[in-house]
Amino acid sequence: MKNNKKASPWKSLQIGLATLLGLVVFAYGFQITQVNLEELRSEKRQESLVRVTRALAQPEIFEYDQTEEIVNQPFYVTCPSSGSETNIPEPDTSAPYLVITPACANPGDIVQVEGFNFAPYTTGPVRFVPGSDPTNIVSLGRDTAETDGNGHFVVSMEIPDRPSDDVQYIRATLKKNVGAPHLTQTAYDTWDKIVETVFLALLATVFGTMLAIPLSFMAARNLMKTVKSPLTSIALSTLGWPIGIVIGFIVVRWVGGLSSGLGSNIWINLASIVITPVVVIFGLRWALPQEETALPGRALQITRLGVILLEVLIGFFGLFQLAALTMSIGKSLETSLGSFGFLGYFLFQVGDIITILTPALGALAAGGTLSNFMGRIGQLASEKLPMATTKILNIVLSAAAGATVLGLIGQLVEWLYQIGNPLYVLWAPVTVGAIAGLLLAVFTKAKESLPIGLVIYSITRTLLNTMRSVEALVMAIVFVIAVGIGPFAGVMALGLHTIVSLAKLYSEQVESIMAGPLEAIEATGANRLQTIIYAVIPQIVPPYISYTMYRWDINVRMSTIIGFVGGGGIGFLLQQNINLLNYRAASAQMIAIAVVVSIMDYISSVMRERVV
Amino acid sequence: MLQIRNLTKIYDGGVKALDNVSFDVPDGQFLAVIGLSGSGKSTLLRCINRLIEPTDGQILWNGEDITKASPEEMRRIRRKIGMVFQHFNLVHRSKVITNVLAGRLGYVNPAWSLLNRFPKDDIEKAYKQLERVGIADKANHRADELSGGQQQRVGIARALMQDPAMILADEPVASLDPVLAHSIMKHLEDINDTDGVSVLCSLHFLDLVHRYADRVVALNAGKLVFEGLPKEIDDKKFKDIYGRDAERVG
Ligand SMILES: Nc1ncnc2c1ncn2[C@@H]1O[C@H](COP(=O)(O)OP(=O)(O)OP(=O)(O)O)[C@@H](O)[C@H]1O
Ligand SMILES: [Mg+2]
Repeated sequence: MKNNKKASPWKSLQIGLATLLGLVVFAYGFQITQVNLEELRSEKRQESLVRVTRALAQPEIFEYDQTEEIVNQPFYVTCPSSGSETNIPEPDTSAPYLVITPACANPGDIVQVEGFNFAPYTTGPVRFVPGSDPTNIVSLGRDTAETDGNGHFVVSMEIPDRPSDDVQYIRATLKKNVGAPHLTQTAYDTWDKIVETVFLALLATVFGTMLAIPLSFMAARNLMKTVKSPLTSIALSTLGWPIGIVIGFIVVRWVGGLSSGLGSNIWINLASIVITPVVVIFGLRWALPQEETALPGRALQITRLGVILLEVLIGFFGLFQLAALTMSIGKSLETSLGSFGFLGYFLFQVGDIITILTPALGALAAGGTLSNFMGRIGQLASEKLPMATTKILNIVLSAAAGATVLGLIGQLVEWLYQIGNPLYVLWAPVTVGAIAGLLLAVFTKAKESLPIGLVIYSITRTLLNTMRSVEALVMAIVFVIAVGIGPFAGVMALGLHTIVSLAKLYSEQVESIMAGPLEAIEATGANRLQTIIYAVIPQIVPPYISYTMYRWDINVRMSTIIGFVGGGGIGFLLQQNINLLNYRAASAQMIAIAVVVSIMDYISSVMRERVV
Repeated sequence: MLQIRNLTKIYDGGVKALDNVSFDVPDGQFLAVIGLSGSGKSTLLRCINRLIEPTDGQILWNGEDITKASPEEMRRIRRKIGMVFQHFNLVHRSKVITNVLAGRLGYVNPAWSLLNRFPKDDIEKAYKQLERVGIADKANHRADELSGGQQQRVGIARALMQDPAMILADEPVASLDPVLAHSIMKHLEDINDTDGVSVLCSLHFLDLVHRYADRVVALNAGKLVFEGLPKEIDDKKFKDIYGRDAERVG
């Protein structure tokens, strides 16, 4: 305390300096951001502000059908010199007609326009129509007429500065609402787009969440810290990924060919969809016994492996058949269901998605499996082989793995930037990778367990942090270029952003779980997968749900504006209407956004309360 | 027979939690591990099933060196070693029966765990274990709805599901009142007597040691300072174990 008092003059000086600095910063900021209240006060601005505000206050949601009576009355601006007013025909007094006094005038004069025989209680503009064409849609002036019970009105209007020798017109357009109000076209369009918006957010959230969950485990330090493997195992499993992916892709595509070779006969499809799951389930039941106390013999193990592989192939075949079936059902439904044809469309698309995704899925599955399998072989090798052999094996495998990884990265760079020089994108990375792997193998103990988990953790974290700093809108711009304007680009952008931001949030939750249950489950002899399922997942369900809800909120909000950059959804319409100065329509869309966002907000808060 | 040979554990920070500890545990023995807070009891027990990686030394169990076991072998060894914890370490949001079934994870095929499926026999067995510790009626409650004593019984049931040959109990009664403490210790004693399971149990109260343990090992700052029968702990030994200024209570 005493110290503080002693230093108080210094402190005051510091505060003074800080304030001064703050002032300078703000002054500079004002200049940079062009804060200019003068602009607000200018009359032109104020006028348009009032106009826009009024338009916004009258959203274009409901409208009446209207009857319209239009009368064009010939009129001379500057009276003809010879006084030939006879050019103007007598109005037909049995129909609505206008009487203008005087019948000709100079620019700036005030004339009186009187209407007769119009429908009672109607309103509408009275305007000057320049040029000699009565159907001209251009009109000047802002006077409004309102008929009384006899269909009569009187308006004084100022003649604009449009002198001409030819005849011009004054036009009265009187409108009357008929029938009950109904929704405008804008309202229908808005509804369409708001549905698109909500589904855009839904898809992005669902896909994003599904991918964020596994990523979040990889980005959790407490789980990855314990993952350690000897180099032999790491190198082999690294090699396993690309090899497995290639094999898996080829094999599954071959299965796909087999499936489509059978043709799109619905009965064949149906039969295979019924039969394959049964075969797969029974096969896997046999090949993966639930519990075994004794280790199975080699022969049995190999048979089982074969059966599992066969079952997986059959499973993929079933998936292709399912896709074919949904596609053919979807196609026939699309035409036969009429207004519910979108269900058919949906089925068709689902089938198509399955067909496209299955080879990718197969490739990933094969990559993961082969990597896992080879990793185990590596583990076994480093346990059983003598030290020197392991060392040599390590050097070879690690160099190969390093070369493969960097070679693949080089090829990615080539694909992205089209450098075209194999020296830079193939040979150099391969060599560097090989040397790095070699050095790693030379300088680590042959059988030592390396903290591969922490390496994966760091890489995942870095990637997530970098990607997270890219705004969803920017991602949308990129995807619009990649897949074209439309909601698909929006889904991709929002989905990707969801993945990276949720993975980060989720992983923080994983890091804060109680370590006790984890330890207890591990102590029972559970492996990593089982530990995650039985000790980690139960603990993270509530925060995961609440974060997903929170993200869903954000995605709904984001999806309303992602259309500004072409990402689909209501933002597209909103931006269009603002650019066209169609503020009443824009107002309808803003209201729709507000309604949807608040409804979603309410729903998610209710659900959060329920679940957590 | 469990043989601990020159076991040493140095933590990353440089703390020597175990210093050249050696002793044997014959099958079926109830061994108490005592010592001051921070003397290395938890470290010792966790080294035995390698929840903590020992720095040096050997742990031989029926001749097999646990410290050398591969991950696959470790899974087979761990499933025969039940563990009971001071803070019970149940998965709070899971049901009691799920917590008990988790004791079977070392036996079931991991692929089926993805679907949360256990064999019928295991489920029956789980109910039997819950009956044995007297809380069969709580099987479908969430674990955190149970009292501390009940949670520890679930912990014991979970360990029993492993068909253990040995149970490691790390201060199993330190968070319970004296009456509950005895009831939990009696369960351990019963398992030790009827099933012939070796029990290694760290304890803070000497009266519990006298009442339940066949034999005692004592640690002080990571060193083994006493090994013998409970009744051999006289005043001098007591001061060796707990320090010069310690007073005997109870
Ligand atoms: N993860 C760790 N990292 C570093 N040091 C640790 C770690 N765990 C324990 N220690 C240290 O090792 C020593 C022994 O700790 P341990 O938990 O085994 O003691 P304990 O006898 O079980 O104590 P208590 O009776 O309080 O449970 C202590 O000095 C402790 O600070
Ligand atoms: Mg302890």
